[in-house]
Amino acid sequence: MVYGQRKKMTNETIQKRLTEKFGDAVFHFEDTYGMLTFEASKESNLKILQFLFDDTELNFRFLTDLCAVNYPDQPGRELAVVYHLHNLKDNVRIRFKVFTSISEPDIFTASKLFSAANWMERETFDFYGVNFVGHPNLKRILNVDEMDYFPMRKEYPLEDQTRRDKDDEMFGR
Amino acid sequence: MSRPVRFNIHPREAQVADAVASVEAPEGYAGEGFFTARLSDVVGLARKNSLWPLPFATSCCGIEFMATMGSHYDLARFGSERVGFSPRQCDLLMVMGTIAKKMGPVLRQVYLQMAEPRWVMAVGACASSGGIFDTYSVLQGIDQIIPVDVYVPGCPPRPEAILDGFMKIQELVGQESIRRRNSEQYKALMNGYGIE
Repeated sequence: MVYGQRKKMTNETIQKRLTEKFGDAVFHFEDTYGMLTFEASKESNLKILQFLFDDTELNFRFLTDLCAVNYPDQPGRELAVVYHLHNLKDNVRIRFKVFTSISEPDIFTASKLFSAANWMERETFDFYGVNFVGHPNLKRILNVDEMDYFPMRKEYPLEDQTRRDKDDEMFGR
Repeated sequence: MSRPVRFNIHPREAQVADAVASVEAPEGYAGEGFFTARLSDVVGLARKNSLWPLPFATSCCGIEFMATMGSHYDLARFGSERVGFSPRQCDLLMVMGTIAKKMGPVLRQVYLQMAEPRWVMAVGACASSGGIFDTYSVLQGIDQIIPVDVYVPGCPPRPEAILDGFMKIQELVGQESIRRRNSEQYKALMNGYGIE
């Protein structure tokens, strides 16, 4: 097919294709600054990533980024895991989110599908404590191994609490 | 407001005596063909005027140190022409920059590889106290893992400040008793850091 003649991929076509396949299992479609964002239950994350990868129309075969967000005000869905996917052929990017509770932060690993997910999931585990089920080597990647908490969770202050000699007033604690 | 521009229209003639510094002999008793002095004074004199610094530079303070080593500020004037990059050969560990907690064990190992007598200078706010990085990933001052002799404040300190700190180190080195490193107090200090 000649490149110029190919049908342009729009957010609407992606949304249509996903709803055709998954129905109500994909929801909260949003168009934020031109980038399609949607959500699914955490159990179905691999099915959806695999479909986005395999489908000949969608072709989302590049994992740009994987990270987590902590929403302490949303009970039952405190942690969001965000996948940024890129269709290199059509140069389209989308964002895919799954939510999990902080008490049971188990999410299936995407490292079997995308090798790039290996280190990104380790980083997400390191900072947010998301337990990626099936990850081959889930251990801390950036912080010291002795660290016994997940520093980017909002329950922890950013400042180092081991200091005793800094003036709280001067450091805004 | 524009800054006034000044021209050096009356340059002074260079005086050789201004540019050459020599070290005073230590206190002692001199006679014809001999000179007696305290051994610690002579050893201190030799040590303080031939310190070999080991720069452990991790960020912007390291850039200031490069200026300090350069021809304008010229650390070599103080007898440390030779900057060593092997801890085995060096006397003075100059820690310049933010030390992340993950780098703590590395810094400690570098310190342990240095032979006694050894001195440590913490240059800049980060090495001295963690500086602005009051956060989970940054070591809140290198004195949490190794003993420090001189702290140089500043963020980053100017080369003059680093030189001032270096001269403070020289003062310490020149006055140190040669038995200090065997003293109980020194051993207790080292044990406080879990060394030896």
